[in-house]
Amino acid sequence: MALIERPRTGDLTPAVATPEATYGAFRRPVESTGWKSWLFTIDHKKIGIMYGVTAMFFFLVGGLEALLIRAQLAGPNGTILSADKYNQMFTMHATTMVFLFVMPMAAAFGNYFVPLQIGARDVAFPRINAFSFWCFLAGAIFINTSWLLGGAADGGWFMYAPNSSVPFSPTNGIDFWGLGLQITGIASLTGAINLIVTVINMRAPGMTFMKMPIFTWMIFVVQFLLVFAIPVITVALFLLMFQRSFDATFFSVEAGADPLLWQHLFWIFGHPEVYILVLPSFGIVSEVLPVFSKKPLFGYPLVVFSGAAIGFVGWGVWAHHMFASGLGPISVAVFSVATMAIAIPTGVKIVNWVMTMWGGKLRYTVAMLFAIGLIVQFTIGGLSGVTHAVAPSDTQQTDTYYIVAHFHYVLFGGAILGIFAGLYYWWPKMFGRMLSEKIGMWNFWLMIIGLNMAFGPMHIIGLQGQPRRMYVWTEARAGEGFFNLGFWNLISSIGAFVLGFGVLLFFYNAWRTHFGKHKAPPAPLDPWDARSLEWLTTSPPKEVNFDRTPVVSHLDEFFHRKYEDRGEGDRHDFVQVATAEELLAIEEANADADIHLPSPSFWPILLAFSLPIMAYGVIYNIIMIAVGAGIALLAMYGWALEPATAPASDYDPPEDGGTDLELATNG
Amino acid sequence: MADTAVHTAAGHDDHHDDHHGGHYTSTGLSNNKLAMWLFLGSECLLFGGLISTYMLYRGRHTSNLGPDQVWDIPFTSASSFVLLMSSLTMVLAVTAAKRHDDRTTNVWLSITAILGSLFVAGQVYEFTTFYREGLGFTTSLFSSSFYTLTGFHGVHVTVGVILLLSVVGMIIRNRIPGDKAEVVELVGLYWHFVDIVWILIFTLVYLIPA
Repeated sequence: MALIERPRTGDLTPAVATPEATYGAFRRPVESTGWKSWLFTIDHKKIGIMYGVTAMFFFLVGGLEALLIRAQLAGPNGTILSADKYNQMFTMHATTMVFLFVMPMAAAFGNYFVPLQIGARDVAFPRINAFSFWCFLAGAIFINTSWLLGGAADGGWFMYAPNSSVPFSPTNGIDFWGLGLQITGIASLTGAINLIVTVINMRAPGMTFMKMPIFTWMIFVVQFLLVFAIPVITVALFLLMFQRSFDATFFSVEAGADPLLWQHLFWIFGHPEVYILVLPSFGIVSEVLPVFSKKPLFGYPLVVFSGAAIGFVGWGVWAHHMFASGLGPISVAVFSVATMAIAIPTGVKIVNWVMTMWGGKLRYTVAMLFAIGLIVQFTIGGLSGVTHAVAPSDTQQTDTYYIVAHFHYVLFGGAILGIFAGLYYWWPKMFGRMLSEKIGMWNFWLMIIGLNMAFGPMHIIGLQGQPRRMYVWTEARAGEGFFNLGFWNLISSIGAFVLGFGVLLFFYNAWRTHFGKHKAPPAPLDPWDARSLEWLTTSPPKEVNFDRTPVVSHLDEFFHRKYEDRGEGDRHDFVQVATAEELLAIEEANADADIHLPSPSFWPILLAFSLPIMAYGVIYNIIMIAVGAGIALLAMYGWALEPATAPASDYDPPEDGGTDLELATNG
Repeated sequence: MADTAVHTAAGHDDHHDDHHGGHYTSTGLSNNKLAMWLFLGSECLLFGGLISTYMLYRGRHTSNLGPDQVWDIPFTSASSFVLLMSSLTMVLAVTAAKRHDDRTTNVWLSITAILGSLFVAGQVYEFTTFYREGLGFTTSLFSSSFYTLTGFHGVHVTVGVILLLSVVGMIIRNRIPGDKAEVVELVGLYWHFVDIVWILIFTLVYLIPA
């Protein structure tokens, strides 16, 4: 079963129940360097980085798909893609960006920084954590193999029934899509349970919920959304699988089925999903803005509770995706009002961010620019969102580019700008070197210009009536003058390529920071004058995270250790009393002895990769299901019988006596 | 269990103890148990979705093979009774485990597994009978959603039986890492959940006339 990783005083003996036998047929992987240290790792930091690298790779894949779409639509009667390929392209663009980029990117930051921000040494279940990552990777690869095996899914990421049935989509694309999302769903579910338990049980002494860093709070809220949203899409995907692979008729109208069943199930998942995508980024900017404003977050409790409120109300608005489906006036009115109501907590957050900056000593670093970019761009997306909440107006806009404009402003302008803020802000913490601010400026401005050029005109195109998901538009119906569709489509396509170039600059920046002749020098310990606990350790953090378990007495604990309030009465006058280096020296001088970390394990990756075998079995051959299930069963027993820490004989050369890992001094 | 007790004892001071670092920042509930509760919470939504699908489609059948025609209420009541009794034996197993009485724990766990298997066997028999009467998986929307819902529950019971037997084996060979009583309790939580879901399914699917 799982491990409890927080060392407790008086309980420092290794948590091994049965010391003698190694249960695996093989020696347990205990390497701390080389490829094996990544493949079998259960270190939350390495897993976080692997999540991040994989997600950024799929960001490029999804971006490429987007550029193909925009190239096709740049002029009338585009010929780059066939209608069929175009359908696959927009389906996989959305699927990739939502499930394979933004969600795992939030998992990357969550994995890496939640334990660091709460002063823990790892997550509650390190092996399950590794399993989550490998599941995500296995599912992602599985979905994308469909490109080579007869074509990808082509029904849109919402995969509306009955269009998703075999007669309308005879290739295996949708089967790959559904089964692959089941696998990534397992990743999300196990990851969510893991992080919730971590936050609830493993906060450092003194860190009450209201002293918890805001990023951790938002990740915490998101994990609850995942725990309850994922099973709903699981049901929907199972029904779809039975429909497509086993001849059930859940969505066949001719058999008397109700195709709205799919829409309800999908959007009960799908609407919380949009908050799953954007709340982590809200958390990131709520960390970044105070640091670069040199002020505490304005109205911290309000930001926390409005995040939680978004999490709750997010469950009651799903049918606003279905205003055009004939729900009836009462449902439409209720969901319309609920949708308007959710703008309130979101607005509260925006006000709080602005008030955080108000009167602060602003430093316009790249991270700060991305955070401000989020506030501006997300607000634009939020305003068009309110127009969707008005049902009559939404009915007019449904399935037009106006909707596309809206959700790209909130997802690119919200979620993705936040992710970039996080990358620039935390890069020195994760990798010990700072990304170039100069290239970062180009990166930021090109992305902002590209974003507005690509998605801004879509408002106009959409209100003019150009439908989504159409693979061509024709000159004859493009209209005249300012509202000419051709002009705005061209602008939008140019913008998409500017945006793509801006994103590539980030990758160049990352490469340049670590390789080549302009390689950046090691970053200072506390380059931003940061506020939260993850900065109370080396960069990159040590394998044990902290030399000793921090004891917390303030929100923004790290700031309060550096600065002392010399003001009197209501006036605050913070004077620096210590540097990060001095604080770290204190920690190192008082390091805990006998920290033991759980050992790496090969069961998580084995179990994760048994899942796509079963999934291929559903599509091709029932025997493969049995083979996959056999491997899964083996892996589960191996896992259950494996002690938390490897016995000494597994080390090469065997260490005497201890099961403690040799701790590398610089990560 | 010992350290759990210590944590809960101190856990109530949260609001009174405002000294620096004096707050308790852990529920005292073990990580495993918390994770199991979260998983079961998630399962509620899974069965919620399946039950909703069934309720939507229960009346959609063309032939005379509707719910009211095929149910054999006395038989299903008997197998439901068997499943509910397995919750009792599960409780007895957990109590024995907390007393560190391995032998008794194993006896009750095994009986629970047998009762669970009986229930699954009953379900297999029931499905076979329905199939012989002409109610296949794809016969109607009613049959598809019925088999999907009860099938998912049956798989859950089967997984539970496998868990029970695995725990028995691991106790016999003394290979449970960590707290034995807690492992039994975790399986117990899962088992009771599966039972509670069956109470819902039995009421909504079988007892309420379509």
